Parts: sequence; C-alpha cells; structure tokens
Amino acid sequence: MSAITFPFATLPRTGNIPLTPVPPIADADRKPLTKKEISADHPTWCPGCGDFSVLALYFKLIERRKMWHEKITTVAGIGCSSRFPYFVQGHGAHFIHGRALPFASGVSLSRPDLHVFVFGGDGDAFSIGGNHFTHTARKNIKLTYVVMDNQVYGLTKNQTSPTSPLGYKSKTDVWGSGDRPINPIKQAIAAGATFVARTSAMTPNHVLATMEAAMDHDGFSFIQCLSECVEFHPGAFDAAIPRKGGVFNEVPKEHDVTDEYAAYKLADVPWPGQFGIFYKTTRPTKNGNEAKIIADHRAKVGDAADWQILQKNFDRMK
Amino acid sequence: MSAVAETPASSGGQPKVTKINEAVIRLAGNSQDGIQAIGGFLARLAGRSEQEVMTFMTIPSTISGGPSIFQVRIGSGEVLTAGDEADMLLAFYQHSYEGHINSLKLGGIVLYDSDHVTPKPEWQENYRHVGVPISSLTVEAIGGTGRDKGKNIYVLGLLAKIYDLEVAKLKKLITERFGGKDASVLNNANACFDAGYNHSLENLLKSYQFYAAQNKVGTQVVMNGNEAIAYGLLAAGVRFGAGYPITPWSDIMELLRKELPKYGGTFVQCEDEIASVSMAIGASWGGRVAVTGSSGPGISLKTEAIGWASMAEMPLVVIDVQRGGPSTGMPTNIEQSDLNIATFGGHGDSPRVVIAPSSVEDCFYTAIEAVNIARKFSTPVILLTDQGIATRIEAFPEPKLQEICQDLTPDLSPVPDHKPYDLAAPGGVTRHLAPGTRVASGKYPVVTGLEHDELGHPTGSPKLHVNMTAKRRNKLRTLANEIPLPTTYGPNEGHVLLVGWGSTQGPLREAVDKARSLGEPISALHLKYINPLPNGLEKIFRGFHRIFVVELNDEGLYGYGQLGAVLRARYADPRIQGITKVDGLTWKVKEILDRVRAQAQPPTA
Repeated sequence: MSAITFPFATLPRTGNIPLTPVPPIADADRKPLTKKEISADHPTWCPGCGDFSVLALYFKLIERRKMWHEKITTVAGIGCSSRFPYFVQGHGAHFIHGRALPFASGVSLSRPDLHVFVFGGDGDAFSIGGNHFTHTARKNIKLTYVVMDNQVYGLTKNQTSPTSPLGYKSKTDVWGSGDRPINPIKQAIAAGATFVARTSAMTPNHVLATMEAAMDHDGFSFIQCLSECVEFHPGAFDAAIPRKGGVFNEVPKEHDVTDEYAAYKLADVPWPGQFGIFYKTTRPTKNGNEAKIIADHRAKVGDAADWQILQKNFDRMK
Repeated sequence: MSAVAETPASSGGQPKVTKINEAVIRLAGNSQDGIQAIGGFLARLAGRSEQEVMTFMTIPSTISGGPSIFQVRIGSGEVLTAGDEADMLLAFYQHSYEGHINSLKLGGIVLYDSDHVTPKPEWQENYRHVGVPISSLTVEAIGGTGRDKGKNIYVLGLLAKIYDLEVAKLKKLITERFGGKDASVLNNANACFDAGYNHSLENLLKSYQFYAAQNKVGTQVVMNGNEAIAYGLLAAGVRFGAGYPITPWSDIMELLRKELPKYGGTFVQCEDEIASVSMAIGASWGGRVAVTGSSGPGISLKTEAIGWASMAEMPLVVIDVQRGGPSTGMPTNIEQSDLNIATFGGHGDSPRVVIAPSSVEDCFYTAIEAVNIARKFSTPVILLTDQGIATRIEAFPEPKLQEICQDLTPDLSPVPDHKPYDLAAPGGVTRHLAPGTRVASGKYPVVTGLEHDELGHPTGSPKLHVNMTAKRRNKLRTLANEIPLPTTYGPNEGHVLLVGWGSTQGPLREAVDKARSLGEPISALHLKYINPLPNGLEKIFRGFHRIFVVELNDEGLYGYGQLGAVLRARYADPRIQGITKVDGLTWKVKEILDRVRAQAQPPTA
C-alpha cells in the first residue's frame, strides 16, 4: 500500500521558515510600484544592447498600469533576451530553449487571474520553438509575447539566426547566410495570431504604446521588437533609426488592422519595413473556449462535490 | 478449468453440470468484431458477482481490422494472471482457430464459427470441437439484414449458457451499454443474446457452474489500468493536463479531456510531446500539480523538460505507459524497458522519482501517490505502467472516494518572505509559492533551469552547485526513508527470491504458489518504488541463496535486465541475476518456473 497516507493535509509552503501570516492589503491602499521595487538583478546584457530599453519600458508599463508584483508572471526560454525574468521583481520562470510559449500557456490556461508576459529572442521563437509559435497563435492563448529580434544568436556568440538577413556573415556562415530569413509578421499572421505588431527598441514611446495595446488584447498578442546586438550585429537596424539617417515608418493611419491580406502585404514592404499594429482581430481564445466548456459541465454537475462526480463514474463501472 | 465435482443431470436432455473454480476463455477474431466487448461484459459480470477477474488482450496496431484476441479469466478465488492456457477457445475465423489452438489446454473446448472455420481432423483428438454457425444465426436473430454485426453478443449468450452465468445481470449490463442509443440497437442486442443463449448445445454434453466466490469483498468496480490511472489523478485533485496522442497512453488523455471540465479543469491536446510536458510544468508552477504522459518515444522527447523540473524542483506527474521499444518498436505490445529512461533519462544529475503500479487497483492508488510525492517533495514523478496493465480489466474493491478525494486548490495568502531553494530546509525539501502570492519582503522567487542561489537567481558558484546538487539528491533520500520496506510473497527465507516490478506481480505470485505447492522454496518480492529504492532490501536478500530479477526487457550487454542492473549496482551482490524476455507478451507462470529451474543451482550443502 501507499507510503504516503491520504487524505493529504495542506502542505506547509516551505520546510523551515516559520511563515507568520501577513495581513492583506486592499488594492486601494497600495501605491503603484516604483522602478526600484520592480527591478531585481542587474541585467547581464552588453553595454548598449537594445534589450535594456525593452526592460525599462516593461517596468514603465507595470508602473503605468498599476500592476502588482504578485500578479505579474514573466516567462522566458533561453537566449540573451530570455534572461529577462531575473531582472524583474515578480514571479518569474526561466524555462528551457524554445519552450517558453507552451510553459506560459500552461500558466495562462490554469491561472486566468495573472498577467502572462513572455520575452525571448528570434532563435527561441522561430527556430527551436517554431512549432510552438504557430500553435500558440492558432490556439489564441491569452498572453503577450515580445520577441526581441536581433537577427543573430548572441548568447552563443554569433551564429546565423532564422531572421539573419541573406548574406549575413556569422561563425556558421562565414561566406554569408544563404537561407531566406523568416518574416516574423507574415509568420504570425499566417499562424492565426490575433494581435501582430512590430516595433523597435530605439523608439521607446512606440514600444510602450505597443506593449500596452498588446496587454489589453484578449488573445495571443505578438510583438516583434527590433533590438540591436551591438556586439555581433552592430548597425543592423540603422535603416530604421532616424538619428542615424534611417526612417521609422509607422503603419499608415488608413491601414485596416482587421484586413488580413492588407496586413500580409504591409509586412512585405522592403527593409526596414513599417512599424505599428499590422493585424488585430477578435477571435475566441482557448482560455474562453475552455472556460465555456467548464461552465457547461459545471452546470450539469450542479452542487455535487468532486468525490460525488467521481462516484457517478464508479457507479457505472460496478 | 479446475473441475471439482460433477453432478449428474437431473432431467433428461440437459447437459451435466460441472462445478468449477475458475475458467480461462480466449476469444479470437478480428479487431472490429467486438470481442473486447464480450470480454468487458464477462469481466463486469464477474465484478458484480464478487468474483475475481483478469483479462489480457492483443490488438493490432493497424487502424482497423487485423487479428485480435481477448482472454478473460474468471475465478471464485484469487486471480493473479490472465492464465497460461485457455479452457475454451472461441474462434471466429480460420486464422483465429489455427493461430490460437496452441493456447488451449489439452482436452479444452474449441467453440468455432462453422460459417468460417473448417476444423482440422488431426486436432479433433486433443480438443473438443463444437461448431456453431455463429454468423448466420446472428443474421437470422436480428431479422436477416445480411450483416453479422452483433455476433459478439450472440457469443455472449452461448457462453452464458455454457457457464450458467447470471442472465439477469448480463441483460442489465447489455441494457446499460446499449440502452442510451436507438431502441432498435438494444432490441437487436437482446435478440442476439437470447438466440445464443437458447441455441441447443446438446453436442457439448456438459455445462459448467462457478462455485460461489470465496473472498467476499463487497462492492467491486471493474476497469482497466489506464482508466484507473485517469480516475486516480482526478481523485488526487489534478485539474490540468497536457498531452499528445500515442498508443497506449491516449486512453488516459481522452478520459481526462472528457472528465476534467466537470471538476473545473482542463486537458490540452498539444502540438507535440515537448509542448505537452512544458505546458504541464507551467500549470504546475501555477500552483496545482499537473500531469502529462506518453509512451516510450514521447518520453524521450520530454526528457529535457523533465530535467528542468528536476533542476527547478517543480512538481510534475509524468505517466509512461510502456510499450515495446526502442523507437516506434512494438506499439501494441508489453515491455518494461523504460525503467532506464525514467530513472536516468536526462543530462546532468537530475534525480526524479519513479514508481510502478502492480495491478489495476494499484494504478488508481499509485496515481494519487504520484501526485502527493510530487507535491511533498517538489519533484517530477514518473509513473511507469505498461501496455499490459493499461488494457487489462480487473475487478477491485470500490475505493472510498469521499475519504480519498483531495482538494489541491493553491494557497495564495501572502507570506512575509520565501526562499524557493532554501538550503537550510530539513531533508532538502522545499516548495514553491504559486504566482499570485504576495511576498511582503518584496523579494520574489524565480524558478529556473540554471544553477541558482536560494532565491532562484543564477550563480556560477562551485559551492552553490555542490550544495544545490546535494539538496536535490538528499530530498529523494528523505523520501526513501519514508518508503515502507516491501514484504516477500511466501516465506522470507528460502532458496530462490524472484524480484519483480510493475505489472509482473501477478505471474510472479502465481509462480510462487505453484512452486511452493510442489515443495520448491521460492518466494517473490515486488518493488513499487524504483527510484529511490526502499532502504533495507539487503536484509530481505540475505534470506535467499539466489535472487532472480524477472523483467520484460533485454538482458543487456552484461546479462541483467534494467532493474537487475540497478540492484547489482546498489547492492554489489553477485547472487543477483536476471531473468528477462522481450517477446512482447506477458509472463506465463510456466515460463518463469522453467527459467528459474534452469538457472538456479541446488544449494550446496
């Protein structure tokens, strides 16, 4: 028989620290978090890395939207940008390479009370995790996914990434990359993402506005955020930085964000392309669909306790 | 069929009735003939009659069609296996007849469909042949539509007559099964059953009657191992699961998908195995242990994420319904060859818990225990079951659900402070805070696969890596201290000790019974806890001259099966030897004893 007897009493949360009760605080009595309270470890990124800007704007978003520590979950896979959760003072998870989206989906589907933010790089999103990107978009799971696209593998020191431009010279393509790069916006639209936007770490206000819109979207919201790797791919995004002589072209005001074909076409505008919300539509979320299935079933079982629901099945097996 | 007493027939024309303790019936046909349904009816009838029952089936891995068998053993006393040899073979086709006649004991009965089977003269002497035009009589019974769908129910009627089964109970089962459908379906089923039951069996000469059940156990439930695991998970309070289809795991996932919404839970079919394990881990982090599962190939894919759960100390339950491997292997055959991947399948030192249920009843309780170990020790737990136990049906005493069912709603009340990887925690056991919990100190934990400090922040410190590695290992040692030492089946001293794990418990016990009845000093020991092993096994081993680890896997390069190799490494005891096989079939009692007799030398005086 079992070594561990049941019913299993509520387990203490930890083995040694006596956890004295903490009185609850009403939301109204709480002050918005300051940057100091939200920031944790000092980022490990190289000086000048575009990711600093994304982190600072995430803090700003938390501040502005008065989110509480405990309600924020920051999830990432593996890569330079995926170090994100360590730098944020909140519940964080640093998962394995390429699988941040399914992990975050598990959080989103089981805990609808939380904000789920996923940060990662282009390798995590479109190479090792490519399958998950497609299916998370298709399932329309409520979470926000910010891909900090630097078009190179930085953490492993300069190999070709799935978004590296043709001809890009890396340690694995010393003669220049010959593989056609992925267009993340087209990929997201084709996969069925319901919020697809593009921004650049060099335009802070645009990043903040895009993240805010993504957070408010009911469904899978995807942001491609160009974020320069100053170490291995310097100057990659100069063409989109006005002070470096580039042009930051926003999505035209007259663009209909619900028009999938128009969005797809817009995503094909030659480099450096356009910035803003390409596509946004309302489609039932997996979260909503599951909640409805649960509500229908719960209505049928009525007030029955869990054991009584199970007992019904067992009665049929006698 | 151990015939015990024959009573002369009282009235003329009625066959004589022989009282029996048990019967082994093998039904052989094609996979679409509904022979599993007959077996299911017989098993449930046995359950309701407080008899013991065990079944065994083979299914082809083709989409539809192909030879299939279902064997059911019903006993008034204890039933430990589905039986080495059949008392009766029911053959629908020539291939069923020719392919399974060898499974019949000498003098056994072949009941065959004379519409499809031509009996062989050379077999007439050794087996009693009874031909019934099952197909045409079925067609006739349901009004001659020209289709023989329903011949399985016709056969059920025949068997009910031969074994004097309780017709009222069978009819009730038929009504429960077909009652919800179109009325004509139930009418046809009843017509088939009656036609079979009333078919004249004068040429069979005798019929049988079971003795009343000996071990009255009260109300029983009847199900297969996969169902027992799914219901065990529900009872344990699991409310989230994720998976990907693969035989023979899919049944568990389908059942959970259907049932979980009633409890407010969800099961997600994912794009692949890696997504499933990742999603389950994410939900576990959300505060309530989640489940994923698969069979061999899928477990291989999940290993990186399971390693993360070991490193991040995240509770998780992984069900591995083992099948023949490696690679795609033999998807519908039994094998116990995933012990190594379950125990050691991960890069780095990634301790995890591995437990294996021994019967269908044990599947139910082991699923609950897997959940509780995962929670208590914040660790991945792999539940190793197999194709045999997954599909076999057994009756067992009804669990007291009101006492057993657990509520695992996470505690989100605020805490003053929290260290998810506290090195000072007794026994190395720490647990996580579910997101949504406010930490008054303002210091929030990160769960991570990087080596980390006590708060979960990355570290390259050699000292921390040493201490954290020890923490992850020591908490499983803490668990080992809580695991009860198993007791031997049979005396705790003797010549030979058979050591088994998982679904082989039944055959090993039957082998012990048989050997002991012949005066051979053999006992058996069954291990449920594979990793960690219980402490103190060496004390049991000391009572025997020879120790054979009986497993359904290959003897490997060095002559031991997978558990055998672990026990050799753990106890460095040269008496530990392996008895293994990989033919994709369950152990026959005779096979085990033949191998033991061949390998065991008599004790030197």
